[in-house]
Formats: sequence, C-alpha cells, structure tokens
Amino acid sequence: MPIQYYIYLCLALFSIGIIGVLTRRNAIIVFMCIELMLNAVNLLLVAFSKMHHGAAIAVNPASQTGVEGQLFVFFIMVVAAAEVSVGLAIIVMLFRNTHSVDINFLNRLKN
Amino acid sequence: MDTIQILFYALTVVALFSAIMVLVSKNPVHSVLWLIGVFFAISGHYILLNAQFLAIVNLIVYAGAIMVLFLFVIMLMNLNNQSEPQKHIWIKLAGAIAGGCFLMVLVSLVRQAVDLEHKSVLVGTGDIGLIRNLGKALFSDFVVPFEISSVLFLSAMVGAVVIGKKD
Repeated sequence: MPIQYYIYLCLALFSIGIIGVLTRRNAIIVFMCIELMLNAVNLLLVAFSKMHHGAAIAVNPASQTGVEGQLFVFFIMVVAAAEVSVGLAIIVMLFRNTHSVDINFLNRLKN
Repeated sequence: MDTIQILFYALTVVALFSAIMVLVSKNPVHSVLWLIGVFFAISGHYILLNAQFLAIVNLIVYAGAIMVLFLFVIMLMNLNNQSEPQKHIWIKLAGAIAGGCFLMVLVSLVRQAVDLEHKSVLVGTGDIGLIRNLGKALFSDFVVPFEISSVLFLSAMVGAVVIGKKD
C-alpha cells in the first residue's frame, strides 16, 4: 500500500477537523473536532512507523525500527486523555457560568 | 485488487463519511456517535497495519472512555438541536474555503514530494505493533516518559477537580 494513500486519508481527516473548528460554535463539537485531528495525526504516525519498519526489515529481518513511532502514538493518547478531562471541566464551568456552550461568550476574555 | 486494498478503501470511506457526519449533525449526541464510528474505522486501519496494541488502546481509551465522558457532559447539560446558535453563513463558507485550501495545498505538496515516491507501507505483517515488542521498548528505553505521564495524569486529575468544583 503506497504511503501517499495514508497521507491523503489523514490530510482529509485533519482538514475536516479544521473546518469543524472554524465553522461550529458549540464548544463540545469544537473539542470533538480537535480529537479528530489528533486521531488523524496518530494514524499518520503509525503509517510512517510501518513504512520505516518495512524498509528496515528488508535489510535486517530482526530490526525493531519503528517502535518509537507507535510509542509516540501511545503517549499522544495519554496526553489526549488528560487534556479531555481538563477541557471538559472547563466547558462545564463555562456552562455553569453562562448557561450556554457558545464559544462566542469567550469574547469577554478579550478586554 | 486484493482483500487488503478492499478493506483499506472500505475503512477509508467509513472514516471520511463519519467525520463529515460529525460536522453536519445538528444534535451533539449524534455527533458523538458518529465520532465513535470514526474511531472504530481508525482502529480498523490500525489492525490492517498490524498495530494491534494501538488498535485495542484506541478502542478502550477513545471510543470507550473519552466518548463516554463527552456523552456524559452533553447529557448533563441537556443540549439539543435548538441550543446551538449558528454562525453567519459567510463565516461558515470562509471556514470551509480555508480548510479546503489547506487540504489542497498539502495534497499538492505530497503529490510533488520526491522523497515519498516508491515508498510503501508494510500492511498486514511486521511485528513491531505487538504488545511484547512495544512493552519491551516502553519499559526499557521509554520508562522515564512513562513515569512522567503518571505525574501528568495526577496533575490533570487535580486540575479537573479544582476547575469543576463549585465556586
């Protein structure tokens, strides 16, 4: 499977996430689109890890090249889980203060 | 066209369709359910790449834990179709055009990239994605980041409790 196919898929998923962040006003949907972008990056990291692994075992069949990429994905998932817990707490606090999840209410941080 | 290619295209179509439905759904609960569909498709891609550990972790952490947290918060706030104020149509159009331009620039960049020609992904075989090899690397070379991530979780837990507390 050529690497370009995976890159195109991940770019499409990432762009859908960007369009979601730019066009929606519900804070929870914006947050979900950020999760979508993180997952697109994860998939691309795994694809590149397998690409380098395939190139390495052609030379040395016992090679472990590519483990770093998959562990990086694991750490991204760890950080994403921590980020979601804090972010949803912030959204709950926003909802408690304004009775809405409209992100335009955050304009008041401007002044 | 062999089985792996058919599976790749099927999972790609499912992932992209579900991702678009996340955007266009009016009801946030439906968006969450479509996003779970995206995560299942991405887990299918991981299995296709023989990254079995990440496939299971993706299902457990994302589709299992994080999406349940999202659903819990949405149902706590009792959001429905009418609760979201819509952006102006021109701003929506500008956002879609900006995202489309981003996609177009990067796709053309990848099409012209000389380094990526004749590179292919090892699909279906390769054993670096198995738990045995990842665990060995995680607990020998990456043991310090692993321990630091536990501190991160502790601070995130304290932060979520402090932020979510009344007053």
